[in-house]
Amino acid sequence: MRFILGFIGAVFAGVLLISLISGVATYVKSPPAPLASDEFHKAPKPLHLASDGAFGKFDKRQLQRGFQVYSEVCSACHSLKLVSFRDLKGLGYDDAEIKKIASDWKTQVPSVNPDTGEEATRKALPSDNFPPPFPNEVAARAANNNALPPDLSLMTKAREGGAAYVYSILTGFQNEPAELVKKFPDAKTPPNLHYNPYFANLNIAMPPPLTSDGQVEYQDGTKPTVDQMARDVAAFLVWTAEPNLEARHANGTWVVIFLLIGTILGYLAYKQTWYEAKRAVRPTGVLDPENQAKNRRAKAKAGIAG
Amino acid sequence: MSFSWAKPYEPKSAFMRWVDDRLPLPRLVYGAVGGGYPVPRNLNYWWNFGVAAGLFLTIQIVTGIVLAMHYIPSADGAFNSVNGLIMRDVNAGWLLRYAHMNGASFFFIVVYIHIFRGLYYGSYKAPRELVWMLGLVIYLLMMATAFMGYVLPWGQMSYWGAQVITGFFSAFPLVGEPLRVWLLGGYAPDQAALSRFFSLHYLLPFVIAGVVILHIWALHIPGSSNPTGVDVKDERDTLPFHPFYTAKDGWFSAAILLVYAIVTYFAPNYLGHADNYIPANPLSTPAEIVPEWYFWPFYAILRSFTVDFILPAKLWGVLAMFSSILLLFFLPWIDRSPVRSGSYRPVFKRFFWLLVIDVLILGWAGGGAPTPMRNVISQLAAAYYFLHFLVILPLVSAFETPLPLPRSISESVLHGEEAEAAPAGGKPRRTKTATAVIE
Repeated sequence: MRFILGFIGAVFAGVLLISLISGVATYVKSPPAPLASDEFHKAPKPLHLASDGAFGKFDKRQLQRGFQVYSEVCSACHSLKLVSFRDLKGLGYDDAEIKKIASDWKTQVPSVNPDTGEEATRKALPSDNFPPPFPNEVAARAANNNALPPDLSLMTKAREGGAAYVYSILTGFQNEPAELVKKFPDAKTPPNLHYNPYFANLNIAMPPPLTSDGQVEYQDGTKPTVDQMARDVAAFLVWTAEPNLEARHANGTWVVIFLLIGTILGYLAYKQTWYEAKRAVRPTGVLDPENQAKNRRAKAKAGIAG
Repeated sequence: MSFSWAKPYEPKSAFMRWVDDRLPLPRLVYGAVGGGYPVPRNLNYWWNFGVAAGLFLTIQIVTGIVLAMHYIPSADGAFNSVNGLIMRDVNAGWLLRYAHMNGASFFFIVVYIHIFRGLYYGSYKAPRELVWMLGLVIYLLMMATAFMGYVLPWGQMSYWGAQVITGFFSAFPLVGEPLRVWLLGGYAPDQAALSRFFSLHYLLPFVIAGVVILHIWALHIPGSSNPTGVDVKDERDTLPFHPFYTAKDGWFSAAILLVYAIVTYFAPNYLGHADNYIPANPLSTPAEIVPEWYFWPFYAILRSFTVDFILPAKLWGVLAMFSSILLLFFLPWIDRSPVRSGSYRPVFKRFFWLLVIDVLILGWAGGGAPTPMRNVISQLAAAYYFLHFLVILPLVSAFETPLPLPRSISESVLHGEEAEAAPAGGKPRRTKTATAVIE
């Protein structure tokens, strides 16, 4: 049996070796052409938010500003399907404000005419989720050069880099570097796409949404630069993706303290339990001549009389 | 009951005597994890991961049952029920979900340590072959359960992971494709697949719990192994499980829970993949399809076969991947060294650590996009994996000269007893009993 198994092992190793050699040969013969995205794609710019870290909390004023940017800019194309108006309480709005935000929302909620039973729409209520800007995917694509604007509810969890990625995309639009076009003539940004080095394949379908300072008029007096608006909406999308973040951080801190105390007490209990057992490993005890001899030797060595 | 000196259960009250006469369940528990199970006194902390694995199985079952109350197993509703309802509206739903998600990872972490402990200390050798094999059955069931659980949120990685993993079966000639269609209930993962994965994901943990009972039962016949690998000779070699190992497992489990809590509360998505927060879309393949981290070494083995040599490359990969686990069932007969513990096997020990590094490299190779460099490293590491178990291990066990073994467990524990015996210059030890410190 060992022989058969050894043979099987050698066969697997042999086929792997053949795979390796053929892979290396292919690589040497026709090395893969470098891609423009390998060279020009950039990691997200650093972004620090109040919600970062183990004790992070949301900056509610920033979230409100971010929500304003979402309402006035992003929501023209992007849905926020998993978030409901009542959730806005987490941003510091009161019930009356939320009711007003819901009923003033630009798209209405599908409903049924109570008299005729025909399809109708009604104003949104706090209990409704944000109604999407387009009724379905076909409509969304038709309005956006066949590109589908993704739902933003989970965006900061659905992309590597999270909020920093969102911030970098929003502030990363630029002209395609001449160097890139010179080096990779095929990688020229196609019409209807927009060069953005923070996007995986460098060309994003979304046109720059934040184009000029003052595009949104902040009520709290913060200067609405493009950079500021991008930061604020990134912070807002951290909240939409993880509305329970503050509860998680607070709860986690107490659980960690509790378990730390539990671990220490458990360790002390363990030491206490084992104290005798660890001492009593010499089962024959004091009267064991072998033990006494050892003891004497050790004492003599240490220079202790007795 | 393993040893003749194991204490029999003695009911402390009339009520317990009444129960014990009719249903000796307390007796069973006492003999299994109480004062009636003698355990070698020299177990080190690598022996604490079995109990920890049981702890995580329990956490997974408890959190999973509550999550199932809120989860909607439909292709239209699954993603929103997890990311909308459970994460936002269910009381502490976010905690249950993150605890379950990371609980799976921690279950695998402790089980991997448990398995490698068994590999190093020869826990698979006679008379514990069945303990080892039942453990491998648990591991296979865990892999199936974890895979199906990862499909349930119906994100992009869920969907494409299901696509790739069920695709393994189509590698087999003739029966492959019909088998895959039968397993999925369709030509691609859809409602039928999601429903059955949910059903099985709920069932299998209880099967695991059943096999865990067999695993512990089989263990308690010869009793626990120990770091010297020397058999227990008499009562001096053992301590009752309770209170000694309950105390040790207790504090150590709390320490593991502490790490688990830190990850669950402060980095809940660290071990996951961002793409699974995008709803499943059969029309858009992710840039790279990566399984959960605990499958990475096997994924690397699968991808390492790139050439159609007699058989198609995909079939080679699938065969090798299944073999990489199945060969572990033969380990008790592959390694014929009578010495159990790696501590007394100088050559084996070196190869063992090489294997650990090899599996870590395979994990790295399986977790990223297959670049030419990564492929070469992955192929070398995969080849070593098979050579290690099927060629090197039988040879090492045949030719190696082991170090002399201690005569008994209690003798091995006496390392350093001389220094302890004389409190030279130090403050005297507490002298509670005559046998304790030799003054």
